[in-house]
Amino acid sequence: MKRGIITALGLVLVLALTLLAFGVPVLPGLQLLAEGAFGDKFAISRTLVRATPLLLTALGMTVAWRTGVFNIGGEGQYIMGAISGAAVARVLSEPASPLWTVLMLVAAAIGGGLYAALAGWLYVKRGVEIVISTILLNFIAIQILGWVVEGPLKERAGKVPQTDSIPEAAMLFKFDRQMDLHVGVIIALLMAGAVYLLMYRSRLGFLFRVTGDNRRAARANRIPADRLQIQAMAISGGLCGLAGGVQYLGVVGRLGTSFPQQWGFLGIPVALLGGLHPVGVVFASVYFGALFAGSDQLSRFTPAGASLVYVIQAAAVLGFVAIGTMRWGTKASASPDSETSEEDVSTSPA
Amino acid sequence: MVPLSLAATGETVGQKSGVINIGLEGCLMVGAYTAMAVALDTKNPFLACGAGLLAGLVLALLFGWFTVVRAQDQVVVGTAINLFAMGLTLALFQSRFSQSGSLLSVPGLPEFAGKVDIVMCLVPVFVGLAWYAINRTTWGLALRAAGEAPKALEASGFSAYALRLQGVAVSGALGGLAGAYLTVGLTGSYAPGITAGRGFVAIAMVTFGRWKPFWVAMATLLVGFADSLQYELQASGLPVPYQLLKALPYVVALVVLIIVGSGRDVPRALGQPFRRSK
Repeated sequence: MKRGIITALGLVLVLALTLLAFGVPVLPGLQLLAEGAFGDKFAISRTLVRATPLLLTALGMTVAWRTGVFNIGGEGQYIMGAISGAAVARVLSEPASPLWTVLMLVAAAIGGGLYAALAGWLYVKRGVEIVISTILLNFIAIQILGWVVEGPLKERAGKVPQTDSIPEAAMLFKFDRQMDLHVGVIIALLMAGAVYLLMYRSRLGFLFRVTGDNRRAARANRIPADRLQIQAMAISGGLCGLAGGVQYLGVVGRLGTSFPQQWGFLGIPVALLGGLHPVGVVFASVYFGALFAGSDQLSRFTPAGASLVYVIQAAAVLGFVAIGTMRWGTKASASPDSETSEEDVSTSPA
Repeated sequence: MVPLSLAATGETVGQKSGVINIGLEGCLMVGAYTAMAVALDTKNPFLACGAGLLAGLVLALLFGWFTVVRAQDQVVVGTAINLFAMGLTLALFQSRFSQSGSLLSVPGLPEFAGKVDIVMCLVPVFVGLAWYAINRTTWGLALRAAGEAPKALEASGFSAYALRLQGVAVSGALGGLAGAYLTVGLTGSYAPGITAGRGFVAIAMVTFGRWKPFWVAMATLLVGFADSLQYELQASGLPVPYQLLKALPYVVALVVLIIVGSGRDVPRALGQPFRRSK
């Protein structure tokens, strides 16, 4: 709780300093940001729509990083999730119904989950570092997206490299015709609850955290660290894939090469600033969703808009690393993990 | 492929010292931006290359301060450094050129003998230097020790911190130069997002090339080759999806990693923060 308050105050401080650095008067700037993010129901809707993919991908990162696997392939898993959803949409027969939506979202979660599990499996079985494999898989996913929207999933009419747009009936339910807010925000919140229950109220989550804290000790206690890390990757990728599906069915409606908007990547700083805890991650994603929604309003003072939010996120992460209030990952990496993993590969078939 | 080779060569030196500079992409970004700004102001592409190199170096030292001096996690800090560079260059670009100017022409490096320029000629020199420094000098031996067994290195009177910082500095400087070359060499223009993930690819290529400067350079050549084939294929109108060809180097890199596993070439202390025991 105390840490949460320090984090919140720190985030506001970093925000004010960033505004100052870019020559934006601080108080009017903050006021404009707040109006743009929470001023009326449209602003709140904008904030929540941006917070939704951030929350889902950040939850995904939380599960993986807590288990000691540094998944930085959220972007690829996000893309593969959306592609899986689009592939399902292609084979479903008309008329479109909410059943479509459910099937597409499930496909998105499975697609993202399998893509991440592949990286987890390669790490455990072949010792391929997660950091490297997920980077490679991100690039492969981007090319696969480019290929499917020009090839197998290209719209039936027309020459534009994009998928058919999803019929209105199969899009995520919108609360109000005038607003962008869709039911995906509820899905994301439910997932935050689910991740909390998983990580802190279930045996599996306990084993995840033990593995993340000290892989060697976990193995010494006959905890199957290898299998757990693959499972954590699968769940992590599933959440990122779901984020892709939700963005696809809630916001864009069709896939093109401009679909990746870094949400998968931005999930990492949000998860870190949320203290790798589902409750903290909810607050962090709303905060940054609000900054993204409000940053357009700053155009009166500076032409730099959303890019300031990246600076704020980065400066906040670095700031917290510097003062050492957060020690994510250090426990896991303090154990000589690469040595043990090498042993694993050569000695134990597990 | 020149920028990729430069960045990957630098990253090889950095990883040999035990640090994965995940912030390499950020070094390319600040290198590219700084080179653009200096080239526009001074009309001197050589100065622009130097400035880009320096910018990459400075950012890498920031990364080094967190990961080496403060012994914080390299993935966490590297991700933040990339995000910082992305936001900073984008915000500076928008502040200076407003939202409109999406593609900017900058004075390019002079070319001779067709399409060759000075940085291109320097690539094999850097690869050779990296190989020589790593394998044939006392400094290289100490650098490798920092990546294999930093404790043992400290016991023999060297500073693992200093060597790791030097490794990170080399990766950042060459990353910055790579970014600079993107603007003043390869394209003669600048647009946000110009680095297009080349820094990340370079990191993967180091693993692909088994931490050996020559093989890393070969790996980057393969990526460059697939990249150029893609244009040929598009032009020839053959029914081969060029995107899959573009994905080929990454798939090949992944397959190589799967076959060789982590292998014996990986620096044993790679990615592990080193803390001097008190």
